[in-house]
Amino acid sequence: MQSRKDHKRLGKEKLQRIIEMCAAVENRTVDPFLLEVDDLIRVVKEYFPNWEETNELNLDSEAIHHLASVIKLQSEWVKHCSTSLYTDPFLLEEKISNVNKNELLNVFLKAWRPLIELEQLSMTIIAAAMRYWNNLVPIMERWQDLDVQEVAIGITNREELVKSRVLQKQFFSDELNNYWKELKKKADKNGKDGKLLYWDFIGATTYEETVERAYLTSFLLTYGYATLEIHPLEEEIFIKPFKKSHKDILTQQSISIPISVTYENWEKWKRGELD
Amino acid sequence: MRKKTRGIYASKMKRATHMLFYRRHKKPGVKGWELRKALGVDYPKVLGILDNYLKSLDMQVKTVFEGAKKPTKKPSIEELDTARFYVTLRGDLTPKETKMIGWRIDDLAGLAVTIAHIISKKGQAQRKEVEKLLSEKLPGWKVGLNLDKYIRYGYLHQDDNDLLYLDWRTRAEVDEKALIESLLRSDTQTTLSFESTKNNKQLDA
Repeated sequence: MQSRKDHKRLGKEKLQRIIEMCAAVENRTVDPFLLEVDDLIRVVKEYFPNWEETNELNLDSEAIHHLASVIKLQSEWVKHCSTSLYTDPFLLEEKISNVNKNELLNVFLKAWRPLIELEQLSMTIIAAAMRYWNNLVPIMERWQDLDVQEVAIGITNREELVKSRVLQKQFFSDELNNYWKELKKKADKNGKDGKLLYWDFIGATTYEETVERAYLTSFLLTYGYATLEIHPLEEEIFIKPFKKSHKDILTQQSISIPISVTYENWEKWKRGELD
Repeated sequence: MRKKTRGIYASKMKRATHMLFYRRHKKPGVKGWELRKALGVDYPKVLGILDNYLKSLDMQVKTVFEGAKKPTKKPSIEELDTARFYVTLRGDLTPKETKMIGWRIDDLAGLAVTIAHIISKKGQAQRKEVEKLLSEKLPGWKVGLNLDKYIRYGYLHQDDNDLLYLDWRTRAEVDEKALIESLLRSDTQTTLSFESTKNNKQLDA
């Protein structure tokens, strides 16, 4: 006798096949009436009592969802058949293959009403164009060269590049690491349950610094150094550092959470009005 | 109609003619709301007068409603505002004239087959399917080129899944119902291959 485990596995395979068949119909590669929906629903019903896990129930509901789409396609087809424009495609194909091109042309010409358009210049347009041309400032005057001083080619070093803000003081990875350490320290010291309010972490004395900290924080979250905890009812966002970085997070599908770091919000935070 | 009113409508008709005959956007035709802005709320009446005038020149003002669905009752102002108006031929073209306006008989016959096939397939068909159908009577190298041409002209639209749909130009120029009906009414002949028809009296020699 088939074991319960085998029975479940077979059921899952059948559901998977149903989903694939329905997807083929939805992608218009298969005629929707090729599927016997009643039989498929019977299969879904038969295996339904076996499902206990969330993924099994998800699979079941996905199959039902796809079957509903197929029924919708079938109903659209029936609706189309009842319109005056419906013609049996096979009959039409037969006609098309049996009619010669001259005859086909005559048929088409009876139904074709090509658009009529004019492409012509008038004296008024030419006169207006001439007026525009005469008033147009020469290109040399419109696109004047930028006044850039010519300097001799020389050698620069890292300090100078940092000074002129081409490079940063630290490498980005080092900066991110230090930032992570700061977050862990703050969460231990000031946080509750190892987490901090997002704004309390990114908020700084100047708005520019706050934006820079928000920018770095986004990398901490993306690269698996920390996570966000959102309480929608309280409208609170917490940031929680991980003890160890979760690099595997990069291989998983991630979601984006937009957080507005506006000047107004920064001012509110400074006044203590923003959580 | 009083002389003054007649003068107003004559001037509005001229304005409408300019708008409809000269292309203002990427696609030809004018939206109802553009006409309302330029001619006033009575623009449907102006178009009616223009259409009547164009009748003697074998042209007509064609209205294509949004979503390609013709309202069953008298169209409302909202429906007219979102519709697109064109000037098209009123009567039939003769096969000789089609050559004059730059179409080869093969290309036009291919277009007719493609449109008919897509209509019969509920408004969408796989490109491969259409290519197979066209290659029955057109040389293989020409099939792809022709389909691309129909897409470029706006007769067809192709999506990312290589599905072909009827596009704005077909809706503006082709009476889909008349095409299917006359195709079904046409006398069935013995199958003629593309090669054998070469010797027929052709327009595209």
